Amino acid sequence: MMSATIALAADPMTPQPYCVHDVAKETPDTFTLTLQPQDGTCGGSFQPGQFSMLWVFGAGELPISISGDPGKHDHLVYTVRSVGKATHALVSQKAGAGVGVRGPFGTGWPVGVARGLDLVIVAGGIGLAPLRPVIYHVLSHRRDYERLVVLYGARSPRDLLYRKELAAWARQPDTQVLVTVDYGGLSWRNHVGVVTTLFKFARLRPSRSLAMLCGPEIMMRFVVRDLEAQGLSRNQIFLSMERNMKCAVGFCGHCQFGPHFICKDGPVFPYAQIAAQMEKYEL
Amino acid sequence: MENLERIIAECPFFAGLDRDYLNLIVGCASNVRFEAGAYIFREGTPADTFYLIRQGQVAVEIFAPQRKPLVIATIGEGEILGWSWLLAPYVWKFNGHALQNIRAIALDGKCLRAKCEANHDLGYEILKRLVQIIEHRLDEARFQLVDVYAVR
Repeated sequence: MMSATIALAADPMTPQPYCVHDVAKETPDTFTLTLQPQDGTCGGSFQPGQFSMLWVFGAGELPISISGDPGKHDHLVYTVRSVGKATHALVSQKAGAGVGVRGPFGTGWPVGVARGLDLVIVAGGIGLAPLRPVIYHVLSHRRDYERLVVLYGARSPRDLLYRKELAAWARQPDTQVLVTVDYGGLSWRNHVGVVTTLFKFARLRPSRSLAMLCGPEIMMRFVVRDLEAQGLSRNQIFLSMERNMKCAVGFCGHCQFGPHFICKDGPVFPYAQIAAQMEKYEL
Repeated sequence: MENLERIIAECPFFAGLDRDYLNLIVGCASNVRFEAGAYIFREGTPADTFYLIRQGQVAVEIFAPQRKPLVIATIGEGEILGWSWLLAPYVWKFNGHALQNIRAIALDGKCLRAKCEANHDLGYEILKRLVQIIEHRLDEARFQLVDVYAVR
């Protein structure tokens, strides 16, 4: 019986029972959920950039990036934008409700490779969520890294995630946080313009930097173009990709991206590895 | 004047410009300040000046009847504000609204236009630099139009 239980827990296709500890509203359509294992054990460790499959019973299973602190192991945190039936069901869960969790899956951000370098984080919209664990990691291992530059763009001021944390990060030494929105109201006293407009004000040192990007693919394409113009090579740029992930372990092929499976080979890739696919129409 | 020349020479827009040209440009330049909340220019008024922003941030706004103006871009330190001074009928197409206290170099558009007409090499040099800014802003506006964060 014992060996059967262990075999079941190790099966990547079997969700583990978690319960919702907290649901916090970030923006009108985006929520952050904190989940804890139902058996009271450790929530599990993960690498920044990895994702889980969250099973909302009766609604479906969703790939969601982990957005919490990788240094905290007693719970898992996810930021979810409610855009469809399953995501709406997920963010509508009340504290104590049961959710199935598989994972963590996929490759993480190269925080080890970035040691001793400047880190340039460029996020768009909910793309800040998979990058937040990197920021937590860098801030808790500050001496291992040089300058931290965070460039964040959203559609409008009401769509900005983690506003208090952005302000707190900006106060950290050797850290520059620039925020912009595509459309600003009169009460907005910060940048207005697409995320690439922030490069003019960023304190970049291209030869000693590693860039990590997450956001809509078209945004990342524009950002890559500007990073290359600044002097970063394709090997210095990492992206988190998104496709229709189902099994999360490379069996089903739903998330195939040219020769890669996003769930297994990604979601984080060096740009050099996927540039050819990103430049292909309709892929 | 020497100080003004140094400031203009250090502005990315004029970087690497021939010293003789810089001297011509300095003759059209002056230091200006605007308080936070002030309108530097308003849509429909004569565009006889353009600005090199030295400090602060300016919102470029579109006036929309029966609603508050819409901020479409912000222009910050080291950037150029305005190019309507170069193109007939020399009228501002947007509002320039100071979000913070602004320090800037104002360049008299009429004066500079006359110098560009008299010296086509200078005119071509200014135009090349301005077209680059216009191209960047057009790219940014197109990117903005794509509305990348919208739910598909």
